[in-house]
Amino acid sequence: MTATLYGFCAAVLVGLGLFGLIVHPQPLRKILAFNLIGGGVFLLFGAVARRGAAAGFGGDPVPQALVITGLVVAFAATALAVALLLRLTGAARQAGLRSDG
Amino acid sequence: MSFDIGLTLLVLAVAAWTIAARETFVAVVGFVAYGLLLAFVWVRLAAPDVALTEAALGSGLTGGLLIGASSRLRRSQSPAAEEAPGVVLKAAAAVLSILVSAGLAAIVLLLPDPAPTLAPQAAASIAATGLGNPVTAVLMAYRAIDTLLEIVVLLLALVGIWSLAPDRDWGRRLDRRGSTDPVSVLTFVAQLLVPVGIIVGIHIFWVGSVAPGGEFQGATILATMWTLASMAGLVSAAAVTRRWLRLVLTIGPAVFLAIGLAGFALAGAFLAYPKSHAKLMILVIEIPVTLSIAATLALLVAGPPERARQ
Repeated sequence: MTATLYGFCAAVLVGLGLFGLIVHPQPLRKILAFNLIGGGVFLLFGAVARRGAAAGFGGDPVPQALVITGLVVAFAATALAVALLLRLTGAARQAGLRSDG
Repeated sequence: MSFDIGLTLLVLAVAAWTIAARETFVAVVGFVAYGLLLAFVWVRLAAPDVALTEAALGSGLTGGLLIGASSRLRRSQSPAAEEAPGVVLKAAAAVLSILVSAGLAAIVLLLPDPAPTLAPQAAASIAATGLGNPVTAVLMAYRAIDTLLEIVVLLLALVGIWSLAPDRDWGRRLDRRGSTDPVSVLTFVAQLLVPVGIIVGIHIFWVGSVAPGGEFQGATILATMWTLASMAGLVSAAAVTRRWLRLVLTIGPAVFLAIGLAGFALAGAFLAYPKSHAKLMILVIEIPVTLSIAATLALLVAGPPERARQ
């Protein structure tokens, strides 16, 4: 029952994030919305893991371990995206200064 | 049950706030709160290991990264901020999002019953490894290849970020805009919190073999402490060209790979551990891996080497 409830929560989170990803023009907001989708997808895994409780565990440890791996990779991707964005903004600003002067 | 319903509504409200907020900085703060609430959800889903990772990495370190980026972007107003989408696009995006959500909700309802599970197989491998925490056993033994690849992905992301450094700044120290004021609140907090945080990080790593915790959670806390100390100007990173720094970054995956290859000779398969020494070998992998992950995460937050900005 708890798993189903949080499964619905995850479904709505993915929808919210997708909406933000499409409608926000600022790149940083898109990165943020993408992470929101990621949270929803991981939560879906969590709901599936909770349903798979067996062998004396509160949840199936395999999807849980996959979510930990996923969180770390999502962080690495976010850091790379942010670095690309900051570099792009820096380059654009430099180009703007040169054409003005 | 009513607690779960309340928590679900709170998570959804904060997520909606993150999307709807006008100011990017406000949205980022909403995202940090969202991550912390998700950590509660993970506890309710009987996944304390994931809860620790979510709180430390998904909320803490990602939040710090995004707050730094939003404050830097605010100073250089991007012209793209003016291109607001039209009503038609918004309506189409809303319809699409609702369809995706409805589809996922339907999948949640239609999940097979009884649920398929790999828990018995994972439990069988725990007995062989001598570990008490099923998630650590999955990460280090049952699905060790995923963990090895993940650490390599972290390194690749760092290479990607370093490759964005302007030519003239390559080889500079990674100076952040550290406050140099020795009596500021930030310096005080860093001096007070960092020693405690280092102990907590090592503890979380160490108990990971029998209790919730592990190398990723511990490494994240250590990386956060380094970031805090560097923000307060207490430490500064070495230049990325230094050989010892590269050694710290690569020793974890190198040891992991070496023991994985040794598995061919000792137990007949890649990443297989001999039964009698499984726990010892996992520990020999975990210590350098934790060190490498902590260094990689901290450098991912620090970004490419750049001249200090005023």
